[in-house]
Amino acid sequence: MSTRLATGGRLLNKSRAVDFTFNGRQMRGFEGDTLASALLANDQVLVGRSFKYHRPRGIVAAGPEEPNGLVNLGTDGKFEPNQRVTTTELYDGLTAQSQNHWPSLEFDVGAINKHLSRFLPAGFYYKTFMYPRAFWKYVYEPIIRKSAGLGKAPTDRDVDTYEHFYAFCDVLVIGGGVAGLEAARTAGRSGARVLLLEQTAHWGGRAPVDGGTIDGAPVETYLADIIAELEAMENVRMRNRTMGAGVYDHGYVLGYERLRDHAPDEQGPRHRLWRIRAGHIITATGALERPLSFAGNDIPGVMLASAVRDYVVNHGVSVGDRTVVVTNNDNAYLTAIALKHAGLDVPVILDARVLPQDSELMAQAKALGVRVLMGHGISKVNGTKRVTSVDICSQAGEGAVLESVNCDAVAMSGGWSPVVHLWSHCGGKLRWDTAHACFSPDTDHAPKGADGLGFVTPAGAASGMFALDDVLHDAHAAADGVVTSLGFKLPKDSTAPVAERREDAPMAPVWLMPQGAGVKLREKAWLDYQNDVKVSDVRLAAQEGFVSVEHAKRYTTLGMATDQGKLSNINGLAVLAGTLNAEIPAVGTTTFRPPYHPISMGAIGGEARGPVFQPVRRTPMHDWHDKNGAVWEPVGQWRRPYAYARAGESTHDAVMREVTNTRHKLGLLDASTLGKIIVKGPDAGKFLDMMYTNMMSTLKPGKCRYGLMCSENGFLIDDGVVARIDDDTWLCHTTTGGADRIHGHMEEWLQTEWWDWQVHVANVTEQYAQIAVVGPNARKCLEKLGGMDVSKDALAFMEWADGTLGGFQCRVYRISFSGELSYEIAVDAGQGQAFWDALMVAGNDLGVMPYGTECLHILRAEKGFIMIGDESDGTIIPQDLGLGWAISKKKDDYLGKRAQERSHMTDPNRWKLVGLETTDGSTLPDGAYAVGEGENENGQRNMIGRVTSTYHSPTLDRGIAMGLVLNGPDRMGEVLRFPGTDGKTYEARIVDPVFYDKEGEKQNV
Amino acid sequence: MLILTCPNCGVTAEETEFHAGGEAHLKRFGPGSSEEEFEGYLFMRSNPKGVHFERWRHAYGCGKWFHVARDTTTLEVFGSYSAQTTEPPQDILDTIEDRRPGWSPAERPA
Amino acid sequence: MSEPVSALNNISHTGGIASISEIGPLGMITLRGDLSAGWMRKAVSAAGGVNLPEQGRSNFESDRGVAWMSPDELLLICPYDEVSDRLERVQGAFANRFALAVNVSDARAVFDVSGPAAREVVAKLAPVDLAPGEFEPGQFRRTRLAQVPAALWMLEEDRIRLVVFRSVARYVFDLLSVAAQPGSEVGHF
Repeated sequence: MSTRLATGGRLLNKSRAVDFTFNGRQMRGFEGDTLASALLANDQVLVGRSFKYHRPRGIVAAGPEEPNGLVNLGTDGKFEPNQRVTTTELYDGLTAQSQNHWPSLEFDVGAINKHLSRFLPAGFYYKTFMYPRAFWKYVYEPIIRKSAGLGKAPTDRDVDTYEHFYAFCDVLVIGGGVAGLEAARTAGRSGARVLLLEQTAHWGGRAPVDGGTIDGAPVETYLADIIAELEAMENVRMRNRTMGAGVYDHGYVLGYERLRDHAPDEQGPRHRLWRIRAGHIITATGALERPLSFAGNDIPGVMLASAVRDYVVNHGVSVGDRTVVVTNNDNAYLTAIALKHAGLDVPVILDARVLPQDSELMAQAKALGVRVLMGHGISKVNGTKRVTSVDICSQAGEGAVLESVNCDAVAMSGGWSPVVHLWSHCGGKLRWDTAHACFSPDTDHAPKGADGLGFVTPAGAASGMFALDDVLHDAHAAADGVVTSLGFKLPKDSTAPVAERREDAPMAPVWLMPQGAGVKLREKAWLDYQNDVKVSDVRLAAQEGFVSVEHAKRYTTLGMATDQGKLSNINGLAVLAGTLNAEIPAVGTTTFRPPYHPISMGAIGGEARGPVFQPVRRTPMHDWHDKNGAVWEPVGQWRRPYAYARAGESTHDAVMREVTNTRHKLGLLDASTLGKIIVKGPDAGKFLDMMYTNMMSTLKPGKCRYGLMCSENGFLIDDGVVARIDDDTWLCHTTTGGADRIHGHMEEWLQTEWWDWQVHVANVTEQYAQIAVVGPNARKCLEKLGGMDVSKDALAFMEWADGTLGGFQCRVYRISFSGELSYEIAVDAGQGQAFWDALMVAGNDLGVMPYGTECLHILRAEKGFIMIGDESDGTIIPQDLGLGWAISKKKDDYLGKRAQERSHMTDPNRWKLVGLETTDGSTLPDGAYAVGEGENENGQRNMIGRVTSTYHSPTLDRGIAMGLVLNGPDRMGEVLRFPGTDGKTYEARIVDPVFYDKEGEKQNV
Repeated sequence: MLILTCPNCGVTAEETEFHAGGEAHLKRFGPGSSEEEFEGYLFMRSNPKGVHFERWRHAYGCGKWFHVARDTTTLEVFGSYSAQTTEPPQDILDTIEDRRPGWSPAERPA
Repeated sequence: MSEPVSALNNISHTGGIASISEIGPLGMITLRGDLSAGWMRKAVSAAGGVNLPEQGRSNFESDRGVAWMSPDELLLICPYDEVSDRLERVQGAFANRFALAVNVSDARAVFDVSGPAAREVVAKLAPVDLAPGEFEPGQFRRTRLAQVPAALWMLEEDRIRLVVFRSVARYVFDLLSVAAQPGSEVGHF
């Protein structure tokens, strides 16, 4: 059984017990435990079920490479699935639930799949769930969804908060093991700004577990000294619990800091996403141990040799009383030695190699009384939910059992692979290291930055250096090279520390154990534990023609689980290469993509959630609208009142009331969102003549003119009223959504095409609160406020004037988008609410009511005024809308003029704007199409028009609409048919788009 | 995510401060131009694999446009320069020649 | 006229790792024109009371001063009630030259982030190197604050002033309050 030892556990604080539950069972660990070490200390080796066959699975690793130990963590608003037990620090009150089993972890119905495993080979889903097609939706998908999947999706809203942080440094060191620490110290000594990230809570990486002597002192002493030195450096910053998640273009790195995962009840953000821009990145990301592929290598109790060692040394946890070590390298002997030192039994070390003589470590193990069998391996591990024994065989043979050894744990080591992920994310190439049978960074082909030079340098085990002395030298040299390239200088006396060398025997690649394992054994030799991919599956994929590594990956799902193949990748490639009779480097690797280890969606979103998910733009009168029943409508990022609903009133009724009131009495509209752009300079008139289709240079000061803007494609992009302020100044109104866009459009043409023209533009949209005072009582209302003369003679239609009203400094435009007597009045934004209040008071006896955007739409539609975004959609030219009168014939040029001469634009069959009146007074559905005779080449009915705006007009008490119709203006009086999505067909007559006050008498009083 | 230096305000910033504006040094054709000229101006772009001259606006910064010479495959930036020019300046061309010997500008499709 | 009001009525937020306060209304005038011209320098010193700042910098004396916005744009800042007087002075100095001066005081909202963690709070939202030595009083930076444009400078160590558009004042205030939430110290600077 796995248990807590009486001694050991360098990371534990044994005076602090920590209580937690697993599947409802109360358990106890210590401060400093991971959930994995605490589970093992409670003899909970079985932690989950595999994805496909639901086989019992135990903890395999001690770090982020763990494929099996995934749990649902937390409850309610702190619930999160797929959390790795090996990277979860234990805290008081932690609750974990194992995943992927039903009804229970110990007894799982889905495990029947394992008996069907010969029917569920690679590509099973692709081969089986194809026909009949109708089965997909109702049979296959529901079944697959029920039986597949890992953790549960959270049901509650996440109660935690998250944030981003922008950080900059000269040298970013990723990894806080000895290589990272040494590289950071070296870089720090040069004066460069250094940031050092470590994913765990502890500095030093594997070194304290694996031991050694640096500069004549134990590793621990070296670590204490270097950490103190780094902490004292002003130019160095250290962050633990922060993983280098991804390396991107131009030195951009995402760091993932887990601030509260180990202390979820403390105040503050849970995760912080570091958005780092580094001059150069040193990846000191270490290496991962590889499993060995032998039958039964997935049975709980079979673990990586390094993990077994970690649990003993770091957490004082024995994973078994009797541990068989199986290896192809010297490193695993450290595990046997550590276990012996802890007083545990190691019945045998099975070493697949045949060596002429013992290495130092082999001799040490033997001296401790451990039996070592060279040239041997495991034929098969026995047990179901726990290892019970191993069958020993010759590695060179086919698996004939020579001997069985009882044990409750197996520590395996297939060699080490440098963590090249971060090196590779942004294009770093790899080379095959034959001596260590692994891919390591090809430093001649580093990822290239903005200057075309490499910006990532690997150091230590991440660059394929495995001996402690080599690691330290490599880290020092890497940092030296990096700071030199950045223009910093190391002090002359800076040298790498020297570690005592240990002469290890060379490892020997072993991709299948035994090498001649037959199909029965291969079918039980797992490569990918989480996705249930076995040696036999990869071979089958190769035989079926999936010879590209990327294809084989997708066909077998090898490396596609949440661990992204950290353990399985190289072993899988080797099997593929072996089957194809190719060299491993020729087969190549799959692509390493960020993040290195899953990061939370919350961290990616950062602060952008809840009220600050997106900016909401508010006018100066926003709060008043809110208090007075505004039903909000988003218009771009602005919020505008759609209508002001009174108590008990429906939104529709409110809109009808607002229209009627404005037509008969007085309405106020908050028009502050409309864009206001000042255009000034000697060439301003010439410039506006290019911007607008009509002539703006001839506008007289004091006057206003409605104008249209087109893109160079000829399409209508915006409209609005332009006022000429003085000789060289114009003020252009844009649509609500158009202010920033049109300001940018003007700046673009001025800066990039006509840069010699003397014109300045300034976006003053938000300087003003603008209020439309509309209706027959509008003038009376302003006269009540008192001040400037707003009579017809003093301020005629389409004129503007500066003055005061009710003591407010203002600019008044006599313009109308409703057909009524109307003034648009601009005051400084800071006066907006006070002015609005003054108008409400002055208008009190005159029937004043605020109105919203829907009322505005109905008022303009009754008058046949177009709306950008309704009548125009990016494919409409002014000529389509009967706006030929607003296109100057006198100008040689304006933006869009040349495009409007193209054959398609002058085609008489372009759909044109008309009014539409239903024959029965009902309201046409928005966006409905008019059907014509015959069918098109796709067998669909021919369309001859569509509705662009449609409303119930309370003024006319009937439905009115505008639409674009083939030869529309020539077909007045004709009745068109519009099939609705409600099954009804609507009939509407083509009429003039101006429904109300055709002569325009009302606005011109 | 790229970093670019705006020659107008001297700020080196990440890509999120900028807005990309497509190929640089297009010649405008207006009324009176042929169908081919106008089509070329409005629609045809060189889309090279390699050296590209492009327009950027420092949208969240000084608001000004500028030009960048950049490699579209390696993302190497050869330099940024004024928007108020109809062709790349010599020092930019020299840098490109230095880093991509024998380089020739991409043709726009006819 | 009534008392001019800032967008959020000088709201403030304390209790976090930095205090956030909306100040203002502050007087602001956008100046456009040839910054190398002698008449522009004169206009700036006549109306702004300071020398024309260099690229990327600002010259402030308490609440009065001028910031460099772009190669042809400056921002003159002054007490709100001095705007019309200063605008008149600028326009006088500009005479009929090709230049623009426009009052934008009401188009903006201004926030001060203060306290020892002020740099950190802003660095959570703006992609700018705000480390001591890299960003100091005298510098002026236009950038992005989360999803909106902003300009920022340091009044003194531990106090950063931010200018944003008025319509997003509430968004920015909420944003800064979130970034300053208790327990969110970064400890990086």
